[in-house]
Amino acid sequence: MTDISLHRGISAHRIGAMILRYWYLLLSSWPRLLELLYWPALQVITWGFIQYYIAQNASFFARAGGTLIGAVILWDILFRGQLGFSISFLEEMWARNLGNLMMSPLKPIEFLLSLTVMSLIRLAIGIVPMTLLALIFFHFNVYSLGLPLIAFFCNLIFTSWSVGIFVSGLVLRNGLGAESIVWTLMFAIMPLACIYYPVSVLPVWLQYVAWALPPTYVFEGMRALLIENSFRTDLMLEALAINACLLAASFWAFLALLRSAKTHGSLLSSGE
Amino acid sequence: MTGNDNASSRPTVADDISSAAIEVDCLVKVYKQTRAVDGISFSLPLGSITGLLGGNGAGKTTTIAMIMGLVLPTSGRVRVLGHRMPEESAEVLGRMNFESPYVDMPMRLTVRQNLTIFGKLYAVKDVADRISRLAAELDLNDFIDRANGKLSAGQKTRVALAKALINQPELLLLDEPTASLDPDTADWVRAHLERYRKDNNATILLASHNMLEVERLCDRVIIMKRGRVEDDDTPDAIMARYNRTTLEEVFLDVARGRSNGAKEEAR
Repeated sequence: MTDISLHRGISAHRIGAMILRYWYLLLSSWPRLLELLYWPALQVITWGFIQYYIAQNASFFARAGGTLIGAVILWDILFRGQLGFSISFLEEMWARNLGNLMMSPLKPIEFLLSLTVMSLIRLAIGIVPMTLLALIFFHFNVYSLGLPLIAFFCNLIFTSWSVGIFVSGLVLRNGLGAESIVWTLMFAIMPLACIYYPVSVLPVWLQYVAWALPPTYVFEGMRALLIENSFRTDLMLEALAINACLLAASFWAFLALLRSAKTHGSLLSSGE
Repeated sequence: MTGNDNASSRPTVADDISSAAIEVDCLVKVYKQTRAVDGISFSLPLGSITGLLGGNGAGKTTTIAMIMGLVLPTSGRVRVLGHRMPEESAEVLGRMNFESPYVDMPMRLTVRQNLTIFGKLYAVKDVADRISRLAAELDLNDFIDRANGKLSAGQKTRVALAKALINQPELLLLDEPTASLDPDTADWVRAHLERYRKDNNATILLASHNMLEVERLCDRVIIMKRGRVEDDDTPDAIMARYNRTTLEEVFLDVARGRSNGAKEEAR
């Protein structure tokens, strides 16, 4: 792969080839497909029953119907979006195929774009059945959120890609020894993103950190919509602005880590 | 004669610029305290087959990796097909290809799927036609729709070679191209490489521990030791200089530090 990616045209043909490669892989492995469905389904069933139980015993949650299950679905968009991105990247490391790609005309930006498309495909396979389960068993229709759902989704998926790009760069630089970061980094922002509780619950100094994370705006926006029936456009625009900065920073970090990997010869030994 | 002596008697990089496929000039790679490659220079003409020889840790893989742009040099310059690497790699990566035992192709994908993907990455015009030609030439048809992970080592090597030839490269970098092949198949692959070079005027740089292979295929041999070019000439000239009848004997002389004595003896 070439170092500088944006000075020449991006090839849809090469991006398509990479998507085809991951598509072939998904179709060739039923455990991979099953795993995409399994965890989101388990999540929504567990949290659906918790929500059901709390709603029967607490008047606030009865009024704010769907905040927990809605939060679970949106959290899964964030988490599965990043995993969908990073696992496709890891497939190249596991297959020892990265050298072939690096030596091909594929550019880093094309590689990353193909990973974003695969993150959407993998997300759709996992999340759509999850939302249907929520609708059928817990009468929570996430699609009834309407247009705000698109704003929530876009902001969450942009954050997931930023994290995905950054951790892929770390694995590229440090080898599969850094693989655990792929699975755990998103959980580090979980308490600060205020998925299940409002930002006001946090100590004041920690609230500043929370507001630096785009998902915080999304979950606050979701609660405002479900509890107060108001769509906070201001929150979505602020999240979008932070996401733009995060995406640019993560892409820069990926290129810097790729360069560092080439300097240290890490690409020749992409094992542990 | 040392590599440096040889460098002075050959055309310089600047002289050879129009007809060189690869130009390496004062290339150095330092990893922390280790000088993996220590100031090597050579220029490979278009259409040549060159063997890169050396023991483990001699710097062959690092040299090839720097030529490919996978490793950034500490200092020195590399030009491939007239373009600076890695700065202008976008200009040349589609015109070259490589095969190495250090990389694999996705195991779960079939041979045809893998070759289709690489054909598309290299913008091959009619990928299906190119694959069927390669399958016929490299005898892949019996397992073309089998998953790569279910192939024997020899079959995998042939598939890797098919991937390396998918874009009909002008420059081919090969690391142990006949490893894991039985003698008959290995001979057949060598014949194929010779024919490919002749038909396409391709340049081939070949790292190998198989001295007979190098003797048969290469019109030039570069011997590396401890990151430096120890010798650089035609196989016949090198064997004559060391007063040996095979490259394997020369290799052992160099590896065991008998190179100067052997050359003195020959004089």
